[in-house]
Amino acid sequence: MSDELATVFRREAGRCTATLIRVLGDIDLAEDAVAEAFAIAAERWPRDGVPSNPGGWITTTARNRAIDRLRRESTRTERHVAALRLTDTDMEPDDRPEMEGLDELVEVVPDDQLRLMFLCCHPSLAPDAQVALTLRLLGGLETAEIARTFLAPEATIAQRIVRAKRKLRDNHAPYRIPSAGALPDRLNTVLAAIYLIFTEGHRATSGDGLVRTDLSEEAIRLGRVLVELMPDEAEAAGLLSLMLLTDARRPARLAPDGSLVRLTDQDRTKWDRALIDEGHRLVRACLRRNQPGPFQIQAAIAAVHADAPRSEDTDWSQVVALYDQLHALRPNPVVALNRAVAVGELDGPEAGLAALGELDPSVLDDYQPFHAARADVLARAGRTSAAVAAYDRALELTTNEVERRFLTTRRADAERAQSGGAESAGHPPQPG
Amino acid sequence: MAQYLLSVWHDEDYEVDFSGEEMQRIGAQVGAFNEEVQAAGAWVFAGGLMPASTATVVRSNGGDVSMTDGPYAESKELMGGFWVIEAPDLDAALEWARKGAAACEGPVEVRPFQGE
Repeated sequence: MSDELATVFRREAGRCTATLIRVLGDIDLAEDAVAEAFAIAAERWPRDGVPSNPGGWITTTARNRAIDRLRRESTRTERHVAALRLTDTDMEPDDRPEMEGLDELVEVVPDDQLRLMFLCCHPSLAPDAQVALTLRLLGGLETAEIARTFLAPEATIAQRIVRAKRKLRDNHAPYRIPSAGALPDRLNTVLAAIYLIFTEGHRATSGDGLVRTDLSEEAIRLGRVLVELMPDEAEAAGLLSLMLLTDARRPARLAPDGSLVRLTDQDRTKWDRALIDEGHRLVRACLRRNQPGPFQIQAAIAAVHADAPRSEDTDWSQVVALYDQLHALRPNPVVALNRAVAVGELDGPEAGLAALGELDPSVLDDYQPFHAARADVLARAGRTSAAVAAYDRALELTTNEVERRFLTTRRADAERAQSGGAESAGHPPQPG
Repeated sequence: MAQYLLSVWHDEDYEVDFSGEEMQRIGAQVGAFNEEVQAAGAWVFAGGLMPASTATVVRSNGGDVSMTDGPYAESKELMGGFWVIEAPDLDAALEWARKGAAACEGPVEVRPFQGE
């Protein structure tokens, strides 16, 4: 595929598929038709030039090809009816689609993309199926690409996608934007799936790589589409802001040797100012609407960190206050953990330990960041043997090679402090 | 229109005691829900089942028929009753299930029937 076609594909594949699903009433048919249209484009565009409305060209070509195919295969009554319906309301199939009547078609596309988001992230699907289907249909990723990014066998991902599509079809899942009453819950499912794609890209759960840029970028692209299509949803803007502010730190997250650099130690001059500015604007605008939600508050926390030119300039009282708000809204042990770490920064390691002591260890015992955070606060408090034990537990739970190297170094520092009697200069890890 | 099975599930030690205050409350809630389903034209069929310990399993293997003490599924969770409803799509069926789960104060599984 030429660069130009690849760019069009990246931008338009999801949109075209979304519209074709509505027009054809069938996901597989729509996917095949869009793939066929791009194949025709690959053949014709280098010869005839890129059309002025590439997305419209692809959509129309795909639709016409699908109608042709339905006619050829219209032994089954329902398909025959579908082909008739399509030709009754739409233009005649044509190998050389004209631009006539195209504006109308393209205009409805934005809503189609929303429909597709709500379909891919239907609550009847498990989160991993939602993510795979979203990447496949809205991101236009090949099954093999999705498998690579999730370090899963291709057959596993293929089966996951097939099953998800079948479930939606067999259940008569509707292709529409949920009603007002159901919208908040349904939107939360969509936001959670996009954030899952982002965090998977930002922080690999296993393997050597810590950042898988493609996934993060796709999540941000989807976040932008969602904000554009649902400008009144404050949480959608909050999610996009959170992703931008987190992604802004990417250039500083890894040392040249590939090791992880904690937020505290990052070279903040490397942070992407353009992303930070955009994230700031978004979070300020959505907070003004006074419909607070978890993504907006997390974005506000990321914004506080972004505001500090140096780590020691961080407004920790603000961070603690925001975690309090977040915990009031969505009580959960991970939020409580982050709050305790922030308390340790604001009031010192002893206060941090006291706050950690209030957490329910039975819930957090298998959660690696809990032990890593505890180890760091213990080290700062000078309780080095307890710190070493906590690092050991964190290392037991680590599946990511980059994090393993990081924790091994921290553990060695703590041990040195123990044998040398020197006070550790460690800081607790903040989410990088 | 599609048809969906909305089944109600409970633990194996669940006992139906209609004299208890809880069952009185749930019974009234389910009665009101049933009326709502009927009024909306979504009702096909519904019923509550006797405890799973009353079940018998019949197997046919060629010409041989065997009967054993039920229930069939060796599970800690058992189906206690169900609705069969008619709905335009999954989201509508899930909305009925939401109301049904609230009425019977237990989990409801939604499963589509095979189409025509």
